[in-house]
Amino acid sequence: MSVLALDHLTKRFGGLIAVSDLTLEVPERTIHSVIGPNGAGKTTVFNCLTGFYRPDEGHVRFREEQIDGLSPDEIARRGVARTYQNIRLFANMTVLDNVRVGHHIHVTGTWLGTVLNTRAARLEEARVLDEARRLLQFVGLDDQRERLAKHLPYGAQRRLELARALASRPAVLLLDEPAAGMSPREALDTMAFIRRLRDELGITIVLIEHQMRVVMGISDRVTVLDHGVAIAEGPPAAIQRDPRVIEAYLGARHAETGFASDHVHGAS
Amino acid sequence: MFGGAAVYLCLVGIVETFSRRWVIADVVSLGHVVLLAVGAGAGYVATMSHGEFARRRGPLAALAAGALVGASPAALLVGGAAIDLRVMFINASPQLYQILALGHAPAAAVPLLVALGAAAGLAGWALAAMAPRARRTLLSGLVVVLIVGIFQDLLQLLLQGPAVVTAVRGAVFTVDGPSAGGAAALCVLTWAVLAARGRYDGALRRATASLSPGAQRGLQALRWALVVGLLLIVPIAGGPFVAQVMVLVGLYILMGLGLNLEVGFAGLLDLGFVAFFAIGAYTVALLTSRGEHGIAHWSFWAAVPAAMAVSLVAGILFGIPVLRVRGDYLAIATLGLGEIVRLLVLSDALRPWLGGSFGIVLIPKPRIDGWELSGPRELYYLTLVASGFIAYVAWRLQDSPLGRAWMAIREDEDVAEAIGISLVTTKLLAYGLGGAMGGVGGAIFAVLVGSVFPQSFSLLISINVLVLIILGGLGSLWGVVVGALVLVGLPELLREFGDYRFLVYGIVLVVMMLFRPEGLLPAAAQRRELHAVDDVPAGEPASAIAVSGAGSAEA
Repeated sequence: MSVLALDHLTKRFGGLIAVSDLTLEVPERTIHSVIGPNGAGKTTVFNCLTGFYRPDEGHVRFREEQIDGLSPDEIARRGVARTYQNIRLFANMTVLDNVRVGHHIHVTGTWLGTVLNTRAARLEEARVLDEARRLLQFVGLDDQRERLAKHLPYGAQRRLELARALASRPAVLLLDEPAAGMSPREALDTMAFIRRLRDELGITIVLIEHQMRVVMGISDRVTVLDHGVAIAEGPPAAIQRDPRVIEAYLGARHAETGFASDHVHGAS
Repeated sequence: MFGGAAVYLCLVGIVETFSRRWVIADVVSLGHVVLLAVGAGAGYVATMSHGEFARRRGPLAALAAGALVGASPAALLVGGAAIDLRVMFINASPQLYQILALGHAPAAAVPLLVALGAAAGLAGWALAAMAPRARRTLLSGLVVVLIVGIFQDLLQLLLQGPAVVTAVRGAVFTVDGPSAGGAAALCVLTWAVLAARGRYDGALRRATASLSPGAQRGLQALRWALVVGLLLIVPIAGGPFVAQVMVLVGLYILMGLGLNLEVGFAGLLDLGFVAFFAIGAYTVALLTSRGEHGIAHWSFWAAVPAAMAVSLVAGILFGIPVLRVRGDYLAIATLGLGEIVRLLVLSDALRPWLGGSFGIVLIPKPRIDGWELSGPRELYYLTLVASGFIAYVAWRLQDSPLGRAWMAIREDEDVAEAIGISLVTTKLLAYGLGGAMGGVGGAIFAVLVGSVFPQSFSLLISINVLVLIILGGLGSLWGVVVGALVLVGLPELLREFGDYRFLVYGIVLVVMMLFRPEGLLPAAAQRRELHAVDDVPAGEPASAIAVSGAGSAEA
């Protein structure tokens, strides 16, 4: 059974069609990658999935329930979490508070309980702290927990953003270029980490990524977008041989020399 | 430029007004201090702008700059004798010339002024060349003398009573102001205290840290007891006037705490905050007034929760139209909403119920079992209890799930929503709870004045509250307290300086934003953890004020 499904999704911005008639099924406990040249509409897909954009046509279903049209916080409550291409942490909050606030949807107490300092509120606060610290240990940031998020180095910020997303205990995790700006070595670590999320926590992962090595290494299935249209979908091995995909990337190479060719080399 | 500043200070009348206040009786007046500070500032800047050459050319440049500053009032003196400047500058009075001449004949005063300016410039160089620590100690001593000089009336008032206290007063003050010996003693005493603190601070800290947790908690409790004790005796020691001023400060603290919830925690800029203050005041007025507009004749104690509830609901209603508005537009929209409330209570349509521009009068004072809280002292305690309660609520909220959700919205609204924070609920709670806190302030205001008029709820109050929380440090609870003391308390206590206090007020604001934009007591992330809030020593606010005072004097 698919946990997340896109059904003929279309999103337009004025005259520009960012995503056109995209249909996609993501089965539970799989890693599904969305790749494509710059401007192919990958992030727009994520924004439609999380309710940040409302699709013009088509539907998004989460566990057979239609979720397009819901507000982002309602979608988050159902179990969809995400990270961002350009890291978006709560910069002036501590590392610990970033994760604690990520836990928000599981907090049941009200502000009145906090003000009156009830037993339930204290217990819940202790539980939140406990879980946040466990997550910080999981991503290796527990010793940094009192620092402000903006003072962390780049790689640690990426991991913190992940910890914040995990704090909501999501069923589906959308990762927007998790290995961006990383060295091959770090990208490998990230791959291993993403695989652990799937294997140990049972999270379904949808991934946008530019580094082909990452994509081909861990994906169960890959969808290739070009100008908002899905031009291929299948297991990584098939995608690498697909003539339309090579065409799309080679076509891109003529426009952006060097950059795209790197992708093809990474893929081969 | 500094010379120009010195002449400007003379011609707008500051020097003359300030000269009526002796910092050291019959020797140095506040007017002299201002001029000398300008000279020292010129020397300091001249040294600093020379950078690497400070060793050789620094003192010379400072000397020249200071002399120049001294020369400008001297020129004014000579020029003023020749031409009647009073046609244009009404403050160029004979008294001013007398002050500038330092009691000598004009001819003798000119070289003296230049020499004094040069000396001040040299002092500026010395300050610049000094180790930062020594500079701080030195300046602190002088600032203490300055503060004692400025607040001498208040201090003399406070130092009444037992023989020991009166003896201290006799030692420091003469009839006209602090005596030279007293001032010197104060200065030396401050240096000694600072030096001792510098030497034993580390050891003291280690000693405290090595105490058992129980003992530390005891120490903490002792600190709080000290603070509370001090707050309790303020109106008794300071008299009705101080109590009155402190009530005003308390009202601004209440409003500041409320607005801090919206702006500091949740990042929702609000220029219409006075609306909640007005709603709280009018609710109490309507419910308790014995006049024609009173509808219920409730007691104050029943009306306050009602005022809180009404302003909470008002806050939520206030928030609904601006839910989707962000940034600059939010400021304008809230400004409009605040004005709507003021215009509604002023309107003729609602006059039968709210009294229009005649307001609601005959609001009885609160009573506890027949005892009427009528004087400023009694109302001070009422305000103290209310501020303490509201501050406790704000403090609890700060480190709670709701507080973190507010901060997340402040940091990045889109991401906050994407992690499951409902913007609608969270923002409306910020407006509602913030509004309720402002409403409590309004409720006390109504009984303080005994009547409510639409004119009392002008936009200026919203702006003042916003300025005080920015000055204190956005998001910081102690910052609200300090901001209210500095922005509301100080101008009230310095009333005799007339309109110049607003000039100083303006200068302080500009200097603050340039050199310390995070506020006097910023909400450091480390201090957000439960225990650390108590770490702010009781003396901190006072020294923070001293720092800002020094900043404005140098400017």
